[in-house]
Amino acid sequence: MTKTTGTVFGVNGNMVTVDVEGDVSLNEVGYINVGDQKLKSEVIRIRGKQAEMQVFEQTGGIGVGDTVEFSGEMLAVELGPGLLGQVYDGLQNPLPQLAEQAGFFLKRGLYLDAIDKERSWEFTPKLEAGATVSAGDTIGTVPEGIFDHRIMVPFNISGEWTIKKLAPKGSYKVADTICQIEDEKGTTQDLNMIFEWPVKRAISLFEERYKPTEPMVTKVRMIDTFFPVARGGTYCIPGPFGAGKTVLQQITSRHAEVDIVIVAACGERAGEVVETLQEFPELTDPRTGRTLMERTVIICNTSSMPVASREASVYTAVTIAEYYRQMGLNVLLLADSTSRWAQAMREMSGRLEEIPGEEAFPAYLESVIASFYERAGVVRLKDGSFGSVTIGGTVSPAGGNFEEPVTQATLKVVGAFHGLSRERSDARKYPAIHPLESWSKYPSAINDELVAYCRDILLRGNEVSQMMKVVGEEGTSLEDFVLYQKSEFLDSAYMQQNSFDPVDGSVTIERQRHIFRILFDVLASEFDLHDKDNARSYFNQLRQIYLDYNTSEWESDAFKSREAELVKLIDEKRTGYDSTAEDIRNRVGSTVG
Amino acid sequence: MKKIYSRIEEIAGNVITVTAEDVRYSELALVTSGHGKSLAEVIRLRGNKVSLQVYSGGRGISTGDEVQFLGRPMQVSFSDNLLGRIFDGSGRPRDKGPTLEENLIEIGGPSVNPSKRIIPRNMIRTGIPMIDLFNTLVESQKLPIFSVSGEPYNELLSRIAMQAEVDLIILGGMGLKYDDFLFFRDTLEKGGAMDRTIFFVHTASDPVVECLMVPDISLAVAEKFALQGKRVLVLLTDMTNFADSLKEIAITMEQVPSNRGYPGDLYSQLAARYEKAVDFEGAGSITTLGVTTMPGDDVTHPVPDNTGYITEGQYYLRGGRIEPFGSLSRLKQMVNDTTRADHRGLMDGMIRLYANYKESVEKKSMGFRMSEWDQKLLRYGAFFEAKMMDLTVNIPLEEALDLGWEILAECFQSDETGLQSKLLDQFWPRKSTRDEQETA
Ligand SMILES: Nc1ncnc2c1ncn2[C@@H]1O[C@H](COP(=O)(O)OP(=O)(O)OP(=O)(O)O)[C@@H](O)[C@H]1O
Ligand SMILES: [Mg+2]
Repeated sequence: MTKTTGTVFGVNGNMVTVDVEGDVSLNEVGYINVGDQKLKSEVIRIRGKQAEMQVFEQTGGIGVGDTVEFSGEMLAVELGPGLLGQVYDGLQNPLPQLAEQAGFFLKRGLYLDAIDKERSWEFTPKLEAGATVSAGDTIGTVPEGIFDHRIMVPFNISGEWTIKKLAPKGSYKVADTICQIEDEKGTTQDLNMIFEWPVKRAISLFEERYKPTEPMVTKVRMIDTFFPVARGGTYCIPGPFGAGKTVLQQITSRHAEVDIVIVAACGERAGEVVETLQEFPELTDPRTGRTLMERTVIICNTSSMPVASREASVYTAVTIAEYYRQMGLNVLLLADSTSRWAQAMREMSGRLEEIPGEEAFPAYLESVIASFYERAGVVRLKDGSFGSVTIGGTVSPAGGNFEEPVTQATLKVVGAFHGLSRERSDARKYPAIHPLESWSKYPSAINDELVAYCRDILLRGNEVSQMMKVVGEEGTSLEDFVLYQKSEFLDSAYMQQNSFDPVDGSVTIERQRHIFRILFDVLASEFDLHDKDNARSYFNQLRQIYLDYNTSEWESDAFKSREAELVKLIDEKRTGYDSTAEDIRNRVGSTVG
Repeated sequence: MKKIYSRIEEIAGNVITVTAEDVRYSELALVTSGHGKSLAEVIRLRGNKVSLQVYSGGRGISTGDEVQFLGRPMQVSFSDNLLGRIFDGSGRPRDKGPTLEENLIEIGGPSVNPSKRIIPRNMIRTGIPMIDLFNTLVESQKLPIFSVSGEPYNELLSRIAMQAEVDLIILGGMGLKYDDFLFFRDTLEKGGAMDRTIFFVHTASDPVVECLMVPDISLAVAEKFALQGKRVLVLLTDMTNFADSLKEIAITMEQVPSNRGYPGDLYSQLAARYEKAVDFEGAGSITTLGVTTMPGDDVTHPVPDNTGYITEGQYYLRGGRIEPFGSLSRLKQMVNDTTRADHRGLMDGMIRLYANYKESVEKKSMGFRMSEWDQKLLRYGAFFEAKMMDLTVNIPLEEALDLGWEILAECFQSDETGLQSKLLDQFWPRKSTRDEQETA
């Protein structure tokens, strides 16, 4: 079969109009020949004999009449062992290898293999000749880092097949044939360890999808306790510039209790990725004792890289995430920032002269965002094992105002909202998640009733604080003042967390449950405090000790003695227990989580 | 030599359209009109219809003017001969020196491979305590000054340029007032820095398209010098004018605006320029300081807003001072752990107390009673503003740190500062000799 070809008819920014001879399909990849370079492009609209293509490169130098070759394939990524630890651009080009060939700068038209074809893997077959298989079935495994990487029947093969030959245990390269399968009609097909999958199509080779309920621990107290994320769930972090979105994602990428993290640096600063790039190979993952890099894939299409591949980059990332989910693993995808991805769509939509929606975003913005987050989920696979993809995306709203299309479209589909506030980041209250506006639909690792009680204190304390701005401390009752102090205590001692402190920076769920008891005691107790100065200094004292408690190594002597100090200080002043809290405690008992 | 076309079919704003063959995207052409010659760049191809953006503007161009395609994209000459010279936005001399045509390089080249970047590591000393102590500038950083027009941002920029220990200064002026241009030139001349400075200046009266070229041309030259091992400081003033030129072209091209008339790709356009800031392993670096004036003092205006999302912090200039709040150097933590042991602690502590001072000021203005603690804070705030924030203060970091301790000791007991005991033990100023004599 001859491939379809075409010639360039027009160029407008990174969009090229092509006169096509033959058949083309939407999202098909083509290459524009410019001099001795071939520029990768994707068909994004077809009209009669003309196709509009977005070019994944700078378009300078393209001329009318330049030839175009279509590939017959949709934009796809290569899947197989060797993805972990890699640093890719939005089209899955390995950036370190590009640098080896091209030096300091990216080179137009240079595309390299995503997966190392020379590396050998220890293959162990899991089936035998004669077994019946279909797409997604595991035929063997190779060890990749700490995981058993499942070598699966390519996802795009349809129907039932029989294994004719299967390679014995041994060392193979990814492109070596390891299996031959045959269908009913006797057609045979050779399989190796890699295959391609189109990025814009979700991988859905699972038996059943479940409601996400099991917490995905981030080790950020405010998230795990108050605004939890579930494995297989979705969440977003909108916030104005400098509020701490990237820092929050960076610490999550380090500490989250998942098997694999896919970092999609989408249209943001290159310098920020460099930190991850250079530090992860040095940092050990406490769960495995190996480096963090061995559980990480970085997709890096930063702001000055071509906009069309920025659009593709989030799909590249989520496809790799889905692939590892098929191995029964828990995968976390962090995308920073989804607004840049949305803007890439907006640029293209403008060039296509589509009817613009709000703020010139395309009318289909909402459905595209929804179907992206829809690719998250916790699933049961054919072999009975479970896997999950959790998606967390930052949003960078214009002017920091959440009433804008991307934030609003995202809020409609995600399960948790961690809204960052300018006031909190200006006051250096990190993480700057707004405690009153944020929400989560997922269950907390800590009892919901206890958490709700705390949030109520926060809410009422905030009301007092607003009042106090008008009537002053003089005009506030002692009772209200104590309530205000309690809410401040909750905020500064528990919700705020020093990300850069070696101990406070990541707090296990076990520790969160433990220290939550003391927090709850403070919030629920009635104290013998005779005036406001007395109350202020009492809570200052509590806070100071609690902060030291937070930075003491878990179960160390320092930790225990701080705790004893806190308990003593609370007991000394306690006159009783708030009756609502008493009720909850009686019902919940001592089980916090 | 390429064919000359002598029939311009459409003229709209700064964009002309001709029918031509064998033209490439981004290629340059020479437009010859009754007013002289101007370069123009191909910005759209559709069949044999070619749209070009004319650098000197569309005004005065007639349908019968000549267009000759040059078969190459925009280039600039690169050599040491650039040093001390002054050019306009398309690289033509603005001084009396010769036109440079040797060793032409392309502008707007590809971006640096992220995997070749390194973590920034060198502080740039400016002698300004609000920068050195509180928001340290780091080599390879990109950082704008946010301010309303009328603030002394160009003074600040030239002062940093004079003081920074860099090998080369490139000034990219966009919509620069002629007086400001003279100010920069005179300051650099007086400081003896002219021979390591290159100017690319577009003034307020020059054609708008040339304004668009200034960042690219400045950064292309900077990049080449950096690759030769030079530490280059690029000053871009005022990037809001650059953004407004983008807006003007976008509107002429009938693009759908996204926000207050600005095109949807404003973010990408700004990022493409700011992201040129880099530290090359084994070679030199580019540090970019910009000026972004905020129309109506509104930081949510699309230009400062998009800029804030791109740059590595910002200096807020207000009332002639760099504001402690809103100002941020995102790279400061990369260097301030190795300057002096008290740097980080003092930085955080002093800002915290300054925030408390602001609260006391607010309370006072609402007529609430001032406690003893409030009184102390008011005193502290006044000292802080006079001795640290005043832009005429010019002292090295170490002196600024010492000064910080002095101010604290002047106003507070050591345990009121909230600073770690370890730091207090080491750095809290001992009583002055006079006090000791009195006690004795
Ligand atoms: N948890 C934190 N602890 C301490 N400092 C923080 C924290 N989060 C943010 N910061 C400070 O704020 C700065 C900006 O944070 P960050 O880069 O995460 O912002 P952002 O929301 O991603 O901004 P942008 O939208 O511009 O990318 C950091 O460089 C750091 O100095
Ligand atoms: Mg960020």
